[in-house]
Amino acid sequence: MQAELIDIRNHMVKHAPFDDLPPEMLDRVASGIEVSYFRAGTDILEFGQNNNYLHYIRSGAVEIFRRTGELYNRVTEGEIFGQNGLLMNRTVRFPARAIEDTLVYLIPFELFQYLCEHDEFTDFIEVEDRSRLRSALSRREKSNQLMTARVTRLISRPPVTAPNTVRLQEAARIMTENGVSALPLMDETGDKPLLAGIVTDRDLRTRALSEALPSETPISDIMTTGVRTTKSTAFIFEAMLTMLHNNVHHLPVMDGETVRGVIALSDIIKHESQNSLYLVSNIYHQKDVKGLKRLSKDVPDTFVRMVNEDANSHMIGSAIAGIGRSFSQRLLELGEEKLGPPPVPYCFMALGSMARDEQLVVTDQDNAMVLDDAFDPAEHDDYFKALAKFVSDGLAECGYSYCTGDIMATNNKWRQPLRVWKDYFADWIDNPAAEALLNSNIFFDLDGIHGQTQFADELQGFVAERASKNPRFLAMMARNALGRTPPLGFFRQFVMEEDGKHNKTFNLKRRGTAPMSDLIRIHALACGSKAQNTFNRLKAIGETELIPEDGVGNLRDAFEFIAIVRIRHQALAIEAGREPDNNVRPEDLSPFERSHLKDAFQVVNQAQRFLRFRYNAGAVRNA
Amino acid sequence: MPEAPDNQNPPQQLPWPERFEALAKAAKDERLKRFYEAGSVAADTPIKDVPMVAVDFETTGLDPNQHSIVSIGLVPFTLNTIQIAGARHWLVKPPLPLHQTSITVHGITHTDIDKAPDLDEVLGDVLANLQGRIPVVHYRAIERPFLNVATQWRTGEGLDFPLLDTMAIESHLNPNRTLTFWQKLRRETPVSIRLSDSRGRYGLPHYTSHNALVDALATAELLMAQIRHHFSPETPIGDLWL
Repeated sequence: MQAELIDIRNHMVKHAPFDDLPPEMLDRVASGIEVSYFRAGTDILEFGQNNNYLHYIRSGAVEIFRRTGELYNRVTEGEIFGQNGLLMNRTVRFPARAIEDTLVYLIPFELFQYLCEHDEFTDFIEVEDRSRLRSALSRREKSNQLMTARVTRLISRPPVTAPNTVRLQEAARIMTENGVSALPLMDETGDKPLLAGIVTDRDLRTRALSEALPSETPISDIMTTGVRTTKSTAFIFEAMLTMLHNNVHHLPVMDGETVRGVIALSDIIKHESQNSLYLVSNIYHQKDVKGLKRLSKDVPDTFVRMVNEDANSHMIGSAIAGIGRSFSQRLLELGEEKLGPPPVPYCFMALGSMARDEQLVVTDQDNAMVLDDAFDPAEHDDYFKALAKFVSDGLAECGYSYCTGDIMATNNKWRQPLRVWKDYFADWIDNPAAEALLNSNIFFDLDGIHGQTQFADELQGFVAERASKNPRFLAMMARNALGRTPPLGFFRQFVMEEDGKHNKTFNLKRRGTAPMSDLIRIHALACGSKAQNTFNRLKAIGETELIPEDGVGNLRDAFEFIAIVRIRHQALAIEAGREPDNNVRPEDLSPFERSHLKDAFQVVNQAQRFLRFRYNAGAVRNA
Repeated sequence: MPEAPDNQNPPQQLPWPERFEALAKAAKDERLKRFYEAGSVAADTPIKDVPMVAVDFETTGLDPNQHSIVSIGLVPFTLNTIQIAGARHWLVKPPLPLHQTSITVHGITHTDIDKAPDLDEVLGDVLANLQGRIPVVHYRAIERPFLNVATQWRTGEGLDFPLLDTMAIESHLNPNRTLTFWQKLRRETPVSIRLSDSRGRYGLPHYTSHNALVDALATAELLMAQIRHHFSPETPIGDLWL
C-alpha cells in the first residue's frame, strides 16, 4: 500500500480480528478499502438491500437492529458490522444506522473472501454463535496437556490383578512383589474375568491391619466394590475429575470390561507436577485445623496455575470444588476423632457451587447434615451440633467464609433426619411460592460428601422424581430464573442493556453464570435428571427431546465461555494482588472476550425466552 | 460563427465544459491536451454524480512564484465513497534548494528529495489521475496556482480547472470569524477553519501523520461530511466550484 496511508493500517491493526492477520494480508486489505461518511441519524444498511462490503468503523457509532426493529447491537470505533449479510447472499439481514457522525471503511466482498482464507478471521466473523464460540473454546483447550492427553499415556505396565477369591496375605504379597499400590480383584467364575472390586495400600492399613484381621480373611471382605473406573479413551483431566469428585486415588482403566491398567493419583501428579491433586493429597495428611489453614493459602495459586495452563471451566470448577470437598472431609474426620464416632449414621452435604463442582476462589460455605431417621434430638443433637460447629469454624479458618444466609449445618433447621428433609423438599415442590423458592434454590444443587452419602443420593432421587411431575413448581422456578438477565453487549467502555442504557460494570456471576445454571437446573429437573453439575445436566437434557440438540450445544459453549472469562478475571486479580471478585468493567475485557461474550449473552437471552415459553413462566401467579 | 478563442488566453466567461474543449484544442503539450480532452462536468450536475479527486501539495513555501512543490498526494472519490486503491503519492525534486524550515514541516529529508524526479517526469501521470474529475483542495491558494506556475515553467503553457475548496466552504459556513471587541475582551477564540479543526466539527478522526496523501484523504472526508451536513447530494456542482 501507499506508505503515506499507514494511518489506515495502523488503526486496523489495533482491533480484532485484524490484529491477528499476517502483515501482507492486512496491507492488501488496507489498500483496497473504500471510505464512506454517514451523518448521525442516517441509515447505513437497510433490510433486504444488497450489500457488498464488510463495514469497519473508523470513527463514530452505529446501531444494529433486528428485522423487527429491536436493538441488536451497538458498535463503535474499531468494530465491524455487515458480515451477516455478506455470508447470506450479500443481502442485509441486520439493518444499521449511524447514531453519531460516522466514518466507515468498506472492505469489498473480494477482499472479504480473501480474508476468509485466514482461519482466525473466519472464526471471528462467523455469524452462527455456536460454531464461533466452539472454535474459540477448542483453540484454548488444545493447549492444555491434561485435556489433550489420554489416560493410556499414564499406563506403563500390564495390569497386576488377582482373583477375588485370594486371601488377605496373598493379596498383600502380590502387591508387594509387583510394587503396586492398588490391586483390582477379578471375578473369574464366568467366561472371562470381570472386575469385582479393588483393594489399596490404604485399605490394607485401615481395614485389615488396624482391625488385626487374620491373614486368611477373604480379600472380598475388605475390598471396595462398585469400583469407580475410567475408559481407556478418557482424557487425563476426566480421570482427574473422577478422582477429585469421588475422593479415590486409584482408577482402573477399562477397555469395555477388560482392565487395561490402573492409574494412581501419583501418576497424574507426576504427569503434571503442579497439579491441584497434589494439594488434595496433602489435605489428607494434615493433623489439625492449623495445618489445613496453612495449606488453604495454596488454593489461589493452584487456581491461577490451572487458569494459566488453559484448563477449561469444568476442570477448574471441579478441582476447586474437589479441594473444598477435601477440606470438609478432612475436617469431618478430625471432628470425629475429637468427638468420637457418630451416635447415628449421618451424611454431610455440600450445597450450591460445591455440589455442582463449579466452585471458584471467591466462595462461602453452604452445607447441611442429613441424619439417620433413628436420630433423637435430645440424645444425639449435642454431638452433631458440635461436629457441625467444628467443621464450619474449620472451613471459615480455611477461607470458606460463613454463609450469610445461614445455610450451614450449624443451623438447626438444616441439621435434620432424612424424613424431615424429604418433607422440606415435598413442601417446596408441592406448594411452590416464588419468594420461598428463591431462598431454597440452593438446596436443589446438593451432593453428599461424607458419611452415608446414600442419604444425599436418595434426596437427589426424591427431588428428580417429584419435581419433574410438578409443572407449577417448574413454572415458579422458571419465573425466578428469569429475574436475572444478561446484558445486551458492550459499547465503548460501557455495558449496554437491552433498553439501550449504559452501565460501567457488570457482575459476571449474577448476569452470566448464575442465570445459566438456574435455567439449566430447571430443564434438568424437568427431565428427571439427578445430575448436579451444569455440564452433566446439559448432557442429561441432551438425551431427551426437551430442547433442540443444538440448543444444548449452544448452552454448553456459552456457559463455558462466560465461566472461563469470569475465572480468568479472578485469576488476574489474584496475580495482581487484588481481592478477586465477579465485577467486570468492559475495558478489562479483550476484544476477543467482548465479542464472544456478546454471542454468549445472546444464547442466554434466547434460552431465557425459551424457558418462559416452555414452562409457561409468564402466567404464574404468586400463591 | 464565433471567432476562434485566443490560444494563450481563453475567454474566462465560457462555461467550464466549453472552456475545456477550447483549451484542449489550443494545448500543445500532449499531457495537457489529454487532460482537457477528458472534459469537465456541466455546472448543473448534482454533486452525487460528480467524480472528484482530493489533492494536496506540500510546498517549500506559500508563493508559487518563489517556492516549489515537494510532494503531491491525491485520492479519487465520489460523494459516497473514497477509493483508497486509487490513492497516489509522488515526491518531486524542487528546482530550488529545500529550505530548512519546510523540512521540519513535512518530515521530508534532503535524501528523499535528492532521489526524487523533477515534476516534469511525473506531470503526465499526475494529470492522468486528475482528468475527468473535479479536484478538491483545502485552501485553493496553493494547489491550483502552484500547478499552473509549475506547468507554465515546464511546458510554456498554464493550467486551469474548476475546483472545490473545503476551506472556502468552511469559511462560508462560519462567516463571522472576526471577533468583536466584547468577544476579545472575554478571550473568545475565533472559529478555526484549518483542516484538522474543521474535521473535528464533523466528528472526523484526527490523523497523526501528515503528508500530502493523508491530507488529501482528510480533505475528501471533510467534503463528504460538509455536503452531508450542510448541502444535499442534489446540490449542483456549479454552486460550489470556484
